Amino acid sequence: MGALTELISGFATALTPTNLLYAFIGVLLGTAIGVLPGIGPAMTIALLLPITYGIDDPVPAFIMFAGIYYGGMYGGSTTSILLNTPGESASVVTAIEGNKMAKRGRAAQALATAAIGSFVAGTIGTLLVALLAPAVVRLAVQLGAPDLFAIMVLAFVAVTSVLGSSRVRGFASLLLGLTIGLIGIDGVTGQQRLTYGIPQLADGIDVVVVAVGLFAVGEALWVAAHLRRNAAGVIPTGRARMGREDWGRSWKPWLRGTAVGFPFGAVPAGGAELPTFLSYVMEKRLAKRPEEFGHGAIEGVAGPEATNNASAAGGLVPLLTLGLPTTATAAVLLAAFEQYGIQPGPLLLENEPELVWGLLASLFIGNAILLVLNLPLAPMWAKLLHIPRPYLYAGILFFASVGAYAVNASTVDLMVLYAIGLLGFAMRRFGLPVMPAVIGVILGPRAEVQMRRALQISDGEIGGLFNTPFALTVYAIIAILVLWPLADRFVLRRFRRPRHELHGSGPHALVELAEEIAEEDRPKATVPGGRSGAGPDTGGPSGEASKLSDDRHQRETP
Amino acid sequence: MISRVTRWGKGRSELGMALFLAALGVFVLVDAAGLQAGLSQRGPVGPKAVPVVVGALLVVTAVLLARDVLRGGRGEPEGGEDVDLSHRSDWRAMLLLSAAFLANIALIERVGWPISGAVLFFGCAYALGSRHFVRDPVIALALSIGTWYLFAVGLGIGLPVGILKGIL
Repeated sequence: MGALTELISGFATALTPTNLLYAFIGVLLGTAIGVLPGIGPAMTIALLLPITYGIDDPVPAFIMFAGIYYGGMYGGSTTSILLNTPGESASVVTAIEGNKMAKRGRAAQALATAAIGSFVAGTIGTLLVALLAPAVVRLAVQLGAPDLFAIMVLAFVAVTSVLGSSRVRGFASLLLGLTIGLIGIDGVTGQQRLTYGIPQLADGIDVVVVAVGLFAVGEALWVAAHLRRNAAGVIPTGRARMGREDWGRSWKPWLRGTAVGFPFGAVPAGGAELPTFLSYVMEKRLAKRPEEFGHGAIEGVAGPEATNNASAAGGLVPLLTLGLPTTATAAVLLAAFEQYGIQPGPLLLENEPELVWGLLASLFIGNAILLVLNLPLAPMWAKLLHIPRPYLYAGILFFASVGAYAVNASTVDLMVLYAIGLLGFAMRRFGLPVMPAVIGVILGPRAEVQMRRALQISDGEIGGLFNTPFALTVYAIIAILVLWPLADRFVLRRFRRPRHELHGSGPHALVELAEEIAEEDRPKATVPGGRSGAGPDTGGPSGEASKLSDDRHQRETP
Repeated sequence: MISRVTRWGKGRSELGMALFLAALGVFVLVDAAGLQAGLSQRGPVGPKAVPVVVGALLVVTAVLLARDVLRGGRGEPEGGEDVDLSHRSDWRAMLLLSAAFLANIALIERVGWPISGAVLFFGCAYALGSRHFVRDPVIALALSIGTWYLFAVGLGIGLPVGILKGIL
């Protein structure tokens, strides 16, 4: 049990009073920022990056990040339960039942099951990371350039075909990210690419600037153009708590959610959207009283919330062992590693054992602090949701500017930030998902390095990219991912008609589909008043209609 | 199935995105054409390969996106807690917000962060409809001076102090 002794030494690192204080500050800041409307976990980390610039030692800095990471995620769930219409795709599903529970006066129970479920899933997930990481590293050190390149291509493909979004738009977003990643000096030949002679661009555009630009500035500009005149109603809540019955109904969904979320997080599957959705459907099928779904069933909060956190923990496996981010949040974390000149990858565990095990131990500690802090503080976080919107978005731009300027003390970075903010605005306007772009910026240059290395080894022979069994397997998976929708459209459709179809793209369509599933076993007349405060429909079915093909849906085709 | 968009105006603005992607692709290709592998190249693949692929894929994606838009496909504008898509875009707010952001860029190294940051915050709050002409500037100044101290004293990162040098 080498991993466990290492983990215990990690606790020795994390449990010093200073590091404990950093973890505490991280959780507090992460939750406080993450709970603000419109700020997801990736933006939370990107905005809070500058506060670690002053910390020279990476260990306490990453201990703080561990707190920010989980804090930011929990903050997002609080927002979606108390405010509905979540800004971030991973908590879309939580909002469906969570907000209905809150409307029925059970906000405290919804928040409690979310917090405790996150704790359970996060703890099991982190334990799995600690146990799995050394094994994956043993595998990963044997991977050569062609294998790593194949995995990155898989990540690119997976991130562009996220459930519920249009593929061509996802791909466009990825290419925008890859283009931004090209800017700067080519590491091998010293040639300047896309810099147009601007010296500040020679080092490339800092990933932090890209992330803050796309998330924070893009979001602020987008909201400015569409600010809700009468702010959505916040449901007041007391101290988060649950009764005996709620515990009885929650613990199984927590464990099932963990089981669904972790593997999805550990492979490049396009984030937590798909697993949280699967968890929701599964809980509905397994619930003793499925008719409660759609009216605030606690299982519908417990399951997806646990899934969300387990998937975030699972995402740490490829991040730490391969340097491969599977979500936007992980991409920003990777950028944070780079700030300290640390390269996540197979050698990280060997070169920086104190950092890795300290980080994992802090994830446990951060999780525990989160629980202790958030159950009693729920009413206070709810108050943060009342912050006047002009101050909120002015504050986002204010801190985005400080952060971007502080990277290099250069106004060029601020101009780049604004340009990328405009790009982020356009992407939101035209339904291009932001996540593929962030993944493209950070993974693009790495993929290029691996590809050139592989071709150098094979002396230019293109077969050098495919000459290992591992790479071939990955390409086979990619082929299935790419070809599946075509097969679905032309072949499988003849044999069955799905009961539920995903109309259009984006989180909205996902919510509609989930609600459709929630509504099914009931007569139409009892359909509740709909999502109050939610964004209005943007028109009828549109876009490429992708379909969800779950066998269980098909069994009673009408 | 793909549904037809009845409102043509909406569909057409998205063609602008396709045009942007195509133009960007051409830019990347032109830039790549100007690269020389040179003597420093190691390995068979030079600095050109990836930009050429990315540029070409940008053009292809632009065509596919345009085709999708013309067939009635439409990207769904992103929703959110504070986003109300039932109104038309408020361009005035967006322009004011941009002005405040650019003002900070122009001012930060001339008059210093404590003032430029306050201008940024106040300008943004004004752009977003806040009209508290006493409370807003007070919050703005408190934030900008506060962050200046936090960064300079707490984190050891110097933000430009500008004309307030000696006072702070």
